[in-house]
Amino acid sequence: MKNVNKITGAEAILLSLMKEDIDTIFGYPGGAMMPIYDKIYSKGRSIKHILVRHEQGAAHAAQAYAQVSGKPGVCFATSGPGATNLITGIANAHLDSIPVIFITAQVPSMLLGTDAFQETDMISLSMPVTKWNYQVTSAEEIPDVIAKAFFFATTGRPGPVLIDVTKDAQLGTLDFNYKSIKSIRSYNPSPAIQDEDINQAISLIASSERPLLLAGHGILLAGATSQLKTFTDKTKIPCAVTLMGKSAISEDHPYYVGMLGMHGNYAPNILTNKADLIIAAGMRFDDRVTGDLKRYATDAKIIHVDIDKAELNKNVRSHLAIHANIKDFFDRIIPRITYQTPENWIEQFRQLNAIEEEKVVRKDCFPGNGKIHAGEVIYLLSRKTNGEAVVVTDVGQNQMLAARYYQYKNPNTLITSGGLGTMGFGLPAAMGAQVGRPDNTVILFTGDGGFQMTVQELGTVFQYNLPVKIVIFNNNFLGMVRQWQQLFNEKRYAETNMPTPDFPLLAKAFGIEGELVKDRTEIPGALDRMLEHSGPYLLEIKTEKEANVFPMIYPGKAVDEIVLEP
Amino acid sequence: MKNTYTITAFSENHIGLLNRITIVFTRRHINIESLTVSSTEVKGIHRFTIVVEDTEEQVVKVVNQVEKLPEVLRAEWYLNDEIIYREIALYKIPIDVAIDKNIEQIMREFNAHMVDIQDGFVIIENTGHVEDTEKLYEVLKPYGILQFVRSGRISISKQKKELSTYLNELPVNEYVKE
Ligand SMILES: Cc1ncc(C[n+]2csc(CCOP(=O)(O)OP(=O)(O)O)c2C)c(N)n1
Repeated sequence: MKNVNKITGAEAILLSLMKEDIDTIFGYPGGAMMPIYDKIYSKGRSIKHILVRHEQGAAHAAQAYAQVSGKPGVCFATSGPGATNLITGIANAHLDSIPVIFITAQVPSMLLGTDAFQETDMISLSMPVTKWNYQVTSAEEIPDVIAKAFFFATTGRPGPVLIDVTKDAQLGTLDFNYKSIKSIRSYNPSPAIQDEDINQAISLIASSERPLLLAGHGILLAGATSQLKTFTDKTKIPCAVTLMGKSAISEDHPYYVGMLGMHGNYAPNILTNKADLIIAAGMRFDDRVTGDLKRYATDAKIIHVDIDKAELNKNVRSHLAIHANIKDFFDRIIPRITYQTPENWIEQFRQLNAIEEEKVVRKDCFPGNGKIHAGEVIYLLSRKTNGEAVVVTDVGQNQMLAARYYQYKNPNTLITSGGLGTMGFGLPAAMGAQVGRPDNTVILFTGDGGFQMTVQELGTVFQYNLPVKIVIFNNNFLGMVRQWQQLFNEKRYAETNMPTPDFPLLAKAFGIEGELVKDRTEIPGALDRMLEHSGPYLLEIKTEKEANVFPMIYPGKAVDEIVLEP
Repeated sequence: MKNTYTITAFSENHIGLLNRITIVFTRRHINIESLTVSSTEVKGIHRFTIVVEDTEEQVVKVVNQVEKLPEVLRAEWYLNDEIIYREIALYKIPIDVAIDKNIEQIMREFNAHMVDIQDGFVIIENTGHVEDTEKLYEVLKPYGILQFVRSGRISISKQKKELSTYLNELPVNEYVKE
């Protein structure tokens, strides 16, 4: 007798997502995915589906949504080209450790391995760029596999997972019974801190005179921003951040000393090699942060705290490697620590910072004459929005300047492609951020090059009336590459110069308002009009063509060889 | 300094895990000298035994990256003197050669066994370290070897605590009750 309680696999997927509190999906339909989309049609009231214009956009949007909302992102794509279009977005989420559940459709299981129409081996393709993946070939597996996917994606060091569902598994039926997962025996996402680790950390800190705290993305992922603040308040240990750690501490905090790395701030980079103790909190010593590893942190003992054991002693050997959630580490050490940083060490940061202000920041943010500099626009927007907008960037000079000159106040307000450096990330990520924070001002800073990589998403911005504020810095160049060509290839500008469309006109074609700014005097008015506009708005700003981003640690150089000008 | 290391990993049985594990090695250009996958005494759990030549530093990093895989229960690495290890070798030789009395003596010396006799040939089996099975190969070669095959390494650690005890103590997966 037919069991009347049975539902299809397609419906089970949606019900499972709803059990995990998901109400938003970014995706794009196709043949193999049709059973699932048919169920979306009937579940439209409880689940909002955002139809993008290219699957890469769905992946980036889902990731940004996850970053601003604190919920995992969910992304759908059909088999074959739909699924392969996701790869860049999956890799991006992987390198930046963002929990996104990717669900791809697959040809019927009978046809697997036969090069059937729109069959691609998504399990193999996505293996190196996912935390976990699984191919579902029968409907009964669905609830358990989705429960596992959520558990793996969101716990420990978060990351993207992919579930590939054959069409017959979507159409097959099952008795639906969903149970979320609490623990899996092969996987330990919450390593226990040993008392001994805390004791040792305290004594290393106690014997230090020049400590430096490096806060990474782990702080944001662990939700440990208030602990970071308390620890810094209490100890006055200068706190620097990585690019992905930006917004983990408010930039007006008295002991915030700037960003690390290739285009970071002068003081924390130079003083990395003066520090006698480095506390690395939820960061992974990326090569863009360390410069030449052999000459990195030359005088310092290192305490490295990370939830991913494989990161400990991977790039930099530490004196004390603590495998732990950074939040637990702070919770345990804060009540016991009494250390006070010597004032003269903090003073060294202030002095170097003043040099950078004088030689770089003033020129970038208050140029006075000449062509517009992206820095001045970012700085002014930071003031106009009181540092409280969600800032999304593309990749290149626009990204580095947005990281440098917006004054981040609140956690998770810089959404940027750190690990993969994906041009084209910006516009779709801005959409996702706006969907996740509908009441926040979301500002996208992008270059003319990167914007054109995913420009079709203007269609999505229009369709859902997402009020993102798009600021294109048009230097008619692939700016960051051009900068390297100027510095290292004697200005041989190979294939970096490109004509651009009339961006406001293009926006208009998509039903989005915008304007062009060519002259400095027009900036404040244009920014006000953009911010006051209720819907999406595009500002194209013609900027100095050959402006460079400095300070800079040249490739192969040490952190303390950072230069303020060419 | 490079050395021979034996890495063992225990995992949940799952299609594709072999791929995930080898990716960790290939990404770092570490050549896998031998790889053996087999089921363990605990149902559903598989053992990977991987032999590599590399530095301890690299080996520690890959072991951490293997252990990080959500479906790997545990990964460890050993130097040769920390384990008992074996490879098994099979030699196919013509039957008329096998009747030669020298062969009987060679097999006794090497502690080898004849495991099968077929029309025209016999199969000899020998277990030991690569050097042992290699040596028997050299000794038998003049008599004419029709085919030779050797397995990957299997190993058992000299540690007190048996892994099987550890595996049996593993908790079951827990679910949040509805
Ligand atoms: C998908 C992709 N392709 C190529 C690159 C290499 N790349 C890094 S920055 C850059 C130039 C970006 O130019 P533009 O978008 O105009 O931004 P700008 O640097 O001028 O702000 C390029 C080509 C990349 N990061 N991503």
